[in-house]
Amino acid sequence: MSLSTKHLLGLQGVPKEDIQLILDTATTFREVLERPIKRVPTLQGKTIVNLFYENSTRTRISFELAEKRLSADSVNFAVSASSVSKGESFKDTMRNIEAMKVDMVVVRHFAAGAPLFLTKICDANVINAGDGIHEHPTQALLDMYSIREKLMKLKGLKVCIVGDISHSRVALSNIYGLKTMGADVSVCGPLTMIPRYIEELGVKVIYNIDEAIQENDVLNVLRIQLERKAREYFPSIREYAKYFGITEDRLEKNGKDILILHPGPINRGVELSSGVADGLNQIILRQVTNGVAVRMAVLYLLGTLN
Amino acid sequence: MELPSGWQFYISSELLIKGIIMKAVLKNINLLHPGQKLNEKEIDILLVNGLISKIGNLTKVDSAGAEVFNLSGKYVVPGLFDMHVHLREPGREDEETVITGCNAAANGGYTGIACMPNTEPAIDSVEVVELIRKQASAHLVDVHIVGAATLGRKGEVISPMAELKDAGVVAFSDDGVAIKTAGILKRIFEYSKMFNIPIIEHCEDESLASGAMNEGVNSTMLGLPPIPSIAEDLIVIRDILVSEYTGGRIHIAHISTKKSIEFVREAKRKGLKVSAEVTPHHFTLTDDSVKTYDTNTKMSPPLRSQHDLDEICRGLQDGTIDCIASDHAPHSIEEKEAEFEHAPNGITGLETQVGLALTELFHKNILNLEKLIEKMAINPRKVLNIPVPKFEAGQIANFTILDIDEIWTVDLTKSKSKSINSPFDKRLLTGKAVAVINKGTMFYQDKYIML
Repeated sequence: MSLSTKHLLGLQGVPKEDIQLILDTATTFREVLERPIKRVPTLQGKTIVNLFYENSTRTRISFELAEKRLSADSVNFAVSASSVSKGESFKDTMRNIEAMKVDMVVVRHFAAGAPLFLTKICDANVINAGDGIHEHPTQALLDMYSIREKLMKLKGLKVCIVGDISHSRVALSNIYGLKTMGADVSVCGPLTMIPRYIEELGVKVIYNIDEAIQENDVLNVLRIQLERKAREYFPSIREYAKYFGITEDRLEKNGKDILILHPGPINRGVELSSGVADGLNQIILRQVTNGVAVRMAVLYLLGTLN
Repeated sequence: MELPSGWQFYISSELLIKGIIMKAVLKNINLLHPGQKLNEKEIDILLVNGLISKIGNLTKVDSAGAEVFNLSGKYVVPGLFDMHVHLREPGREDEETVITGCNAAANGGYTGIACMPNTEPAIDSVEVVELIRKQASAHLVDVHIVGAATLGRKGEVISPMAELKDAGVVAFSDDGVAIKTAGILKRIFEYSKMFNIPIIEHCEDESLASGAMNEGVNSTMLGLPPIPSIAEDLIVIRDILVSEYTGGRIHIAHISTKKSIEFVREAKRKGLKVSAEVTPHHFTLTDDSVKTYDTNTKMSPPLRSQHDLDEICRGLQDGTIDCIASDHAPHSIEEKEAEFEHAPNGITGLETQVGLALTELFHKNILNLEKLIEKMAINPRKVLNIPVPKFEAGQIANFTILDIDEIWTVDLTKSKSKSINSPFDKRLLTGKAVAVINKGTMFYQDKYIML
């Protein structure tokens, strides 16, 4: 079995079989991560560049670990956004990297479409580690993996993505992936943070967080990016926490056993109360561990394609 | 034989001159002039020294010694006029100059253009107007100039409109952006009313237009920051209201939304002084084209939805939209080869416009040929108070010659423009301009010929 695509740019249009294959392969690698020696020789001799045009600690470390555990040679290339507002340098940087004969590129970029642009100027396999507010496919894959691990299925599950949907690449990848796998997807958040035409993607919009808790099996709670533009879209953190924050009281009031995911880092007291963030419903740290396995699976499947 | 001085730039622009012809016969042409209600089939035109000498059946004496162009089945129409062109000179001569822009216009079938004022410096002084006029003076393409409505297009102080008008400016605009506030717009309308000159508006509310593409399901799917259609609608209705209040003339540039067209239709029904133009890309493409993240699908206003495109076609049919204009906006490859969000807005259009209009509007039965020529040659001149070329003996021959059925493929490597930022490369089109004639010069088969 192999993937039908040479790159992983997003989950839009990725067939069910591919997602299934990645999740199943991740299960194998998940087992490797429990061994005393967490390393397999699968990608020995392959060179991978982690090209990060945007700050990211978690995603980058997760990819780096995945690469090391597959025995690939990896190089980090971090570029500060301020020095590369021109596309020319992006193209030149890429040509330079390609001239160094790399096999795969993991790219995080502040502009939507940048990974696709890369596939046009270089031959390496490209993995999107987040492009602008477009997609973040490995995050969605690890979310799906974690849900499946806990609830044993994806098909028929009701999953609600909570928070700033407009400025989230995690939301869009989750919507595409989960819909492909047969889940029922909804979004919940302040209307200023919900894209106007999101319903055309087959997604239900819920404005009331209590309703979202009652109706769903899973909540994937997004980080409110307080440091970014998103801050202009709601009046105050207090108001956001009051009307959209997930608290123990809220979970108790709605009396429902619900699975809670969060891509991290958490704003405690904003989108999740500390009690919930450390509570029994959440699988947040599980997601982090699974993230390495899922990224190993993606790297392995793309890196061993002919 | 010595060439007249004006010919220097044709030589320097490396376009071959075939020669000089004193007498020319355009044979077996179809003559179409909607303004004069002329629609003649299979007739001849005799040109002597660049003037129309005779139209109709020519005798042997008439055509003695003349160079004969057999143009059987081709249409001779009044020289086409593109009222929305960015020539980039002064300031960005690496992207386009007055001469290369004129060459692209001639190659695309245009004998007249109006150039927009968002140069560096902006066209807000007589000096800049004179510079452009001087560069363009010898070219067969008539270059008319749109002056900045405010100094530096900053939306703060009115430009020296009277002086600019005397220097030959035909309209005012802060194109690239809308005139900043209703307050300054009101003053501009009041002031410009003294000269009966139109204000051309790029309608876009700045506070809503910071995105990269049309707001719709595609912007959501592509993760590109959206520009809602109301960004345009709001300024269109603002401008119509201020124009009505002051009695000033408003021309809506590159109209692109359903609502805006409805507003213009309603304003026209009320008899207000409103006109509008549309670009070929807005009647050809929708925001579906952005799916490839091709930065040549990024322009301002952005490509819209199918229901906007359908309304554009209705607006063209019922006369709500008066003109077709390219918004020819050359950009360097380096600038366009960027991440979509960072790439500049705009595409070139002078050389694909006739082909797109014939393919998308005429051959798809949206407009007949008369209506199409009205919108491409006659109405733009009327909006700008420029005389429409006449087809009668003694007049300067100002013609575009069209082959409405020729099937051809766009090849940007053959573009005369300095820039090639167009989404239409390799596109198959039906119908193109075969030649243009104006000011005693003909552009035909890639060469300039003096008549």
